[in-house]
Amino acid sequence: MTVQPDATGIGLRHLLSTEGLRREQAEALLDTAASMEQALTGRAVRKLPTLRGRTVVTLFYENSTRTRVSFEVAGKWMSADTINVSASGSSVGKGESLRDTASTLAAAGADAIVVRHPASGAPHRIAGWLDRVGHSHTDGHVAVVNAGDGTHEHPTQALLDAATLRRRLGADLTGRRVAIVGDVLHSRVARSNAHLLATLGAEVTLVAPPTLLPAGVDAWPVTVTHDLDAHLATGPDAVMMLRVQAERMHGGFFPSAREYAVRFGLSARRADTLPDHAVVLHPGPAVRGMEIASAVADSDRAAISEQVTAGVHVRMAVLYHLLAGEDSR
Amino acid sequence: MPTRRRGGPVPNGASNAEGERELLSPADLARTVARIAHEILEKTAESGAPVVLLGLPTRGIHLARRLAERITAIDADATVAVGTVDPTLYRDDLRRQPTRPLAETDIPAGGIDDVIVVLVDDVLMSGRTVRAALDALRDHGRPRAVQLAVLVDRGHRELPIRADYVGKNVPTNRAEDVVVSLSECDGADGVAIR
Repeated sequence: MTVQPDATGIGLRHLLSTEGLRREQAEALLDTAASMEQALTGRAVRKLPTLRGRTVVTLFYENSTRTRVSFEVAGKWMSADTINVSASGSSVGKGESLRDTASTLAAAGADAIVVRHPASGAPHRIAGWLDRVGHSHTDGHVAVVNAGDGTHEHPTQALLDAATLRRRLGADLTGRRVAIVGDVLHSRVARSNAHLLATLGAEVTLVAPPTLLPAGVDAWPVTVTHDLDAHLATGPDAVMMLRVQAERMHGGFFPSAREYAVRFGLSARRADTLPDHAVVLHPGPAVRGMEIASAVADSDRAAISEQVTAGVHVRMAVLYHLLAGEDSR
Repeated sequence: MPTRRRGGPVPNGASNAEGERELLSPADLARTVARIAHEILEKTAESGAPVVLLGLPTRGIHLARRLAERITAIDADATVAVGTVDPTLYRDDLRRQPTRPLAETDIPAGGIDDVIVVLVDDVLMSGRTVRAALDALRDHGRPRAVQLAVLVDRGHRELPIRADYVGKNVPTNRAEDVVVSLSECDGADGVAIR
């Protein structure tokens, strides 16, 4: 683990995307996440006083279990006050605009707002508005964390995937080969991972049918293939299976669920062709029998519950870097 | 938090070009560690409780390991475990400076319940690091007792904290730096003031 006694913060004001995150920033976040895990392992009391008196609001316009719980647990374990706001049950239902909701939360004393929104770019807009307005009782700065925006990015998911890979494969991911398989088109997880893993030095390959690849994928730091079996035969170090997002499918992207599962699902037979050390990741919630076979999801190779645990430590690290020091203000 | 900028060891005796004055030579440092090891044995023996040495990052970790080696060299039957505790997340000055990186925390497998914990650090000044470490310990368990061993006590306490084992008491003014060098991380042993 790298520890620089004279380091002076990592210069993070918001966490809106992994695109544009510098390697040293990403590694500092991942190192901090590993330290958080160490600090909490085997303890009688899982509570740190670090963010006492800080308020973290989660503002979710889309359903979520793991991401929201994970942020809430992360905040609570560091003694922040965490408050959950969902679109249903708030003034959003009365027609309040995103901008007004955000400034209300800031004016009510939020130090950080964790946003999930169906529109790509919503967290970025909120950060822009709040940076311009400023709020006296929070010293003018409210940190915004993107917890998933449309089909754009989900940076903390990518960070927890990278943290899981570092646990399994070692802290340096340089030259590690990671395949991201499935519905890349609708996946903010894929985009965030492609950028983050490339920044960390890994070689990323997208495996998907042409209909499920976004326009502009040529500009991503990845290679693209349409043949899962051929790619698995090259022995990747990790395979990340994406959920088929039925709720975002408004057209015929593939002929049938069965054909998709046959061509792009990770069956037990396919998983057996992987090298022994290879890790299988899934951001969850998994559709068993569709993109991943039950036997694979439950195997030792799969790191699905490790990912959830890493998620708490990664989100603690993000809140720590955004809220603990003076440069966050 | 005392400033502890690193520098190479100074030649024995007088000040070097940077105005650095030697407080402990490598041989002095080895003797000091040996003496503290004896004192820890003497002071903890009668209770019969196991001893856990917990180093505070960075140089306290190396000092704790050296002390444990000396203690087992003196008394092969002594039960001494070594670990580290990073007090950063418990500091009271987090919001006064840029975000600090975290260091290693490694509590020995047996835990710290009902043992004698000896916190080990290189320089004791304000006492704030030790206070943070005491708070961290509280969340890890309930030791029978907590003691403090430091290589240098330079004064300027801001909290009612004192060390049980002191290598050397050094009156300093606040503008001075006490520089502890250990071969594990600085290439050579020595303590200097500048």
